[in-house]
Amino acid sequence: MTEMLDIVASVPFWIAVLRIATPLIFGTLGVLLCERAGVLNLGIEGIMVAGAFAGWLAVYQGAGLWTGVLVAAAVGALFGLLHGALTVVLALSQHVTGLGITLFATSLSYYAYRVSFPKITSPPTVNPFGGTHLFDGVPAIGPVLSAQTPLTLLALAIVPLLAYVLYRTPVGLAVRMVGENPAAAEGQGLSVSGVRIGAIVAGSALMGVGGAFLTLSAFNAFYFNMINGRGWICVALVVFASWRPGKALLGAILFAAFDALQLRLQQSAGATLPYQVYLMIPYLLSILALALVARKAAYPRALMKPYRKGER
Amino acid sequence: MPPLVLRLSGITKRFGALVANDAISLDLASGEVLALLGENGAGKSTLVNILFGHYVADAGAIEVFGKLLPPGDPASALAAGIGMVHQHFTLGDNLSVLDNVLLGTEKLWQPFSRRREARARLAQISRQFGLAVDANARVADLSVGERQRVEILKALYRGARILILDEPTAVLTPQESEALFATLKTLMADGLSIIFISHKLDEVLAVSQRIAVLRQGKLVAIRDSAATSKAELAELMVGRRVDAPVRTTIYSGTAPEVLLSVRDLAAGGKLTRATFEVWRGEIFGIAGVSGNGQAQLADALCGLLPPTQGEIRVGLQRIPADPHAFVHARVGRVPEDRGSVGIIGDLAIWENAISERYREPGFARGGWLKREAAKAQAQRIVERFDVRSAGVDAPAKSMSGGNIQKLILGRALVNHPQIIIANQPTWGLDVGAVSYIHGELLAARARGAAIVLISEDLDELFAIADRIAVMFHGVLSEARDDWTVTQIGLSMAGGAQPAHAQLA
Amino acid sequence: MRNLLNLRLEARPRVPLAMALASPFVAVAFTLLVCAGLVVWAGAPVTRAYALLFESAFGSRFAIGETLTRATPLILTGLSCAVAFRAHFYNIGAEGQLYLGALGAVAVGGSAIALPAPILFPLMIAAGMAAGALLLVVPALAKTRLGVDEVVTTLLLNFVALLFVSMMLDGPMKDTTAMGWPQSVPIRPELEFGKLLERSRVHVGLIIAVALALALWVVNARTTLGYEMRAVGANARAARFAGIPVDTVMLKTALLSGALAGLAGVGEVAGRAGYLTLDMSPGYGYSGIVIAMLAGLNPLGVVLAAVFVAGLIVGADSMSRAVGVPTYLADVIVAVSLLSMLFAAMLARYRVRWS
Repeated sequence: MTEMLDIVASVPFWIAVLRIATPLIFGTLGVLLCERAGVLNLGIEGIMVAGAFAGWLAVYQGAGLWTGVLVAAAVGALFGLLHGALTVVLALSQHVTGLGITLFATSLSYYAYRVSFPKITSPPTVNPFGGTHLFDGVPAIGPVLSAQTPLTLLALAIVPLLAYVLYRTPVGLAVRMVGENPAAAEGQGLSVSGVRIGAIVAGSALMGVGGAFLTLSAFNAFYFNMINGRGWICVALVVFASWRPGKALLGAILFAAFDALQLRLQQSAGATLPYQVYLMIPYLLSILALALVARKAAYPRALMKPYRKGER
Repeated sequence: MPPLVLRLSGITKRFGALVANDAISLDLASGEVLALLGENGAGKSTLVNILFGHYVADAGAIEVFGKLLPPGDPASALAAGIGMVHQHFTLGDNLSVLDNVLLGTEKLWQPFSRRREARARLAQISRQFGLAVDANARVADLSVGERQRVEILKALYRGARILILDEPTAVLTPQESEALFATLKTLMADGLSIIFISHKLDEVLAVSQRIAVLRQGKLVAIRDSAATSKAELAELMVGRRVDAPVRTTIYSGTAPEVLLSVRDLAAGGKLTRATFEVWRGEIFGIAGVSGNGQAQLADALCGLLPPTQGEIRVGLQRIPADPHAFVHARVGRVPEDRGSVGIIGDLAIWENAISERYREPGFARGGWLKREAAKAQAQRIVERFDVRSAGVDAPAKSMSGGNIQKLILGRALVNHPQIIIANQPTWGLDVGAVSYIHGELLAARARGAAIVLISEDLDELFAIADRIAVMFHGVLSEARDDWTVTQIGLSMAGGAQPAHAQLA
Repeated sequence: MRNLLNLRLEARPRVPLAMALASPFVAVAFTLLVCAGLVVWAGAPVTRAYALLFESAFGSRFAIGETLTRATPLILTGLSCAVAFRAHFYNIGAEGQLYLGALGAVAVGGSAIALPAPILFPLMIAAGMAAGALLLVVPALAKTRLGVDEVVTTLLLNFVALLFVSMMLDGPMKDTTAMGWPQSVPIRPELEFGKLLERSRVHVGLIIAVALALALWVVNARTTLGYEMRAVGANARAARFAGIPVDTVMLKTALLSGALAGLAGVGEVAGRAGYLTLDMSPGYGYSGIVIAMLAGLNPLGVVLAAVFVAGLIVGADSMSRAVGVPTYLADVIVAVSLLSMLFAAMLARYRVRWS
């Protein structure tokens, strides 16, 4: 027990927590934006893979790191556009379309990787982001933040930004309304399809960046099975966060804390359980969180209901 | 002759084979109230939806203040000065009043919302027209009347000069309707022109200067309100003389036999206390504006909603909250939502005909469905209840609304149930179907069934119900057989004279 | 642009049978056309590559044998997904259920239990099916009692199931005599599924799978359970109104779906491999989703679709070795087929109009 407290109080622990939380923050905010507009985007797992690969490939071929991030965002946005075309314009099943996009984006990325590197033995690497050292002087949280790469700081900054956009700008109001009552948005002269597709594209771009964090910041190469279910965890975290950016950040950090804790418990001397049990904890926790919260979840009312203009 | 603000020329709209609007041409003069009168399905809503841009007409043109209106675009209609109070409110329940009013009024890419200015403007308009609302309130927490006020304010906030109201009194008590009419007078005084849709003759005569009557998609007549009568309008609406339904006298003499008794029933949060008995051979009507607990009462009486308190007895037997138990107790049930609750649209008509009884020995054996027996039963229902379809193998959703309702009614009545629960059974149907359903209910009554009729249509209740009780705020009133319209209106509003909308 | 976004979908009064049947073929043809671009990108000749793909899948007795062997678990995961999706229970956990089913089979079939083979054999199968079904109990109950979306719960449990299997392979089920990657104790030879064709790997599991497909088709169309499942799948609210026990039906559907996926795992260990390893399934559970959709959720269609996907996987392997196109081409084709099928199925049910 004291050992756990020692771990939790240490700086390296929190450095790891923020690092683990970053892709979750991007991913959860991305899903949040889509669902606020009324669309469930199950393509996230695949979009994160595609973002991880595309961003990394761009940097490998000579682009700067931030260019790589932009490429990842653009690739994410493209898959988002495909998702929007199928679910918003054609009103196809959001569940199945999302799964299809995950399968498509993942397999396409793996295919592209193999075509680009047919005869390698170990994954080629790039030079990833380094720590920012922007907060070196700040006490307590300074060392934790300084050790983070710019992408983590970006993730932390996007949380209040997204909250501002959602609650204090006309476009954010439009997004919230198309997820609540699309007819109300239509009646005020807005294009429901336009707003929904815009939200999906923006959300998917965030997801792509979340994937790129893994290949350009946390690690320096692209591996198969890199995302390993993080995308699905983000979908669960959005429900846990009641579709609010602030709570999404809290959820991501809580989850990352548990994940970091189980990693350390695994490595510490007193570990008696097989390592697989520790690895199971994040997934089981997510399911538990969903079960606890789902009953009183304040779903956006129009979530997963396709809207057809002029439908009789 | 005051200037024309609106001119519709030759508006035609088809949905598949149905001609919803057939070459309709109408004018609206400045400062006048024009009523669009017609029964359900006549094409009134379609016409105004075209005007507002929700639908695109197949033919015809619209001129607003002399300028041609681009079709199919609510933003253009709003910019031209048209505002609409929809029949089903277009409000985001989880958002505030201010949010709903503000939506779409600022440039989409503006990096900030001017909420303070918006709040002030809303308050000023609120005062000017006597429509009090709390700008910070969540719409879901508002009453139906208050929500309608928000709908109107939305339009006024955008500077509407032409206001369309689609069946606005359908969800109001008689007294709230009076308040609405007072508001309309204020709007007219400000120079707005109003199109008022209704199927209620009294209202239309009281409120409007001119009345346009639609029937089956065509404009059949335009009359000055001062120069016409209820009888003439009714005949124009329906196309023939309308007679009141014939009702045989209730069996007299001996004490009534109680078939259904409900005691201290509470359910679903909104229903707080209902106690009543329904006798053999009567139609027990339940009136009330939607949202006062009728839906919960209906669900409890169909077995869908477990009561939090109280009990329901058929005869002496207490019935548990399970739809199957109610079917087994020979309760015939007609739900409010015929398309999505009454039938399973994708399944065949015969599969829907036996949906309540598929486990009975007549229709299944050892886990295998007896298809021939089931189809025979469906055929029986289709013939007896005049259900028009493409055959019992066709999917149920391929039928029209009236025929779907006849199938549901047939399924409920075919085995002569002793109790019938009918929730808004004639909503949205044409006069022929309405008359048929009333006839079947009265026939069941003559056979000795106890019928609960929940309806928001006072005319229907007065026509065929023997006793009527009123739902208000979750509580069911005493049942009476001698209501006047004023009395029942007061009861629907809680018994007190509602204050007219206060000046903010 | 505004008009492009606002196209209207008019439901056709009747779905023309020809269109419904043609949809999967049109979808696949479109997919192959689109994916030809990927072959070009890999620098291989398109027609030769596709020809090799087809030939390696169906071109010889050996090839057909391989394809049918691959198709066996795919039919079962396809049926699993078809049964579940028809009731709008989105079981994405077939992969985990497959592995648990295999584990259950090994637990009984690789053990030293001293019961005669005719008793142990059905017991082994039952254990596998039960293990698969068990994994769905929590998601099913969470959905009916708490309203939790089953997509995420079933997905996350895939990872949990695989970790559990890995744990078992490191521990109680480990084959201590094997070198290298962890594998389980083998199934006892007398309990293995027999071979159907000599000099191929096709085993009895195929017969079981096809028989189940037929059985499901009959259940769907003719029994009260099938009626209940169709009703609940089409409109759960209306089904509840009519007195159909929706939650029970949902639970039964989930258990059936899990059992079918578990059976796929049983077939793989008892019929093909003989023992359980962690890389036994190259995503059969996820492919099951695509197969179910291509088949229009029809059990008989699942058999055809499963053979198609199996052919892709088998063909892509040989094709890859011959012309250097990565094997992932098969996965891309499968994924694009899914999206194309969704589109084609929609076109069969709706007419597209621009307002």
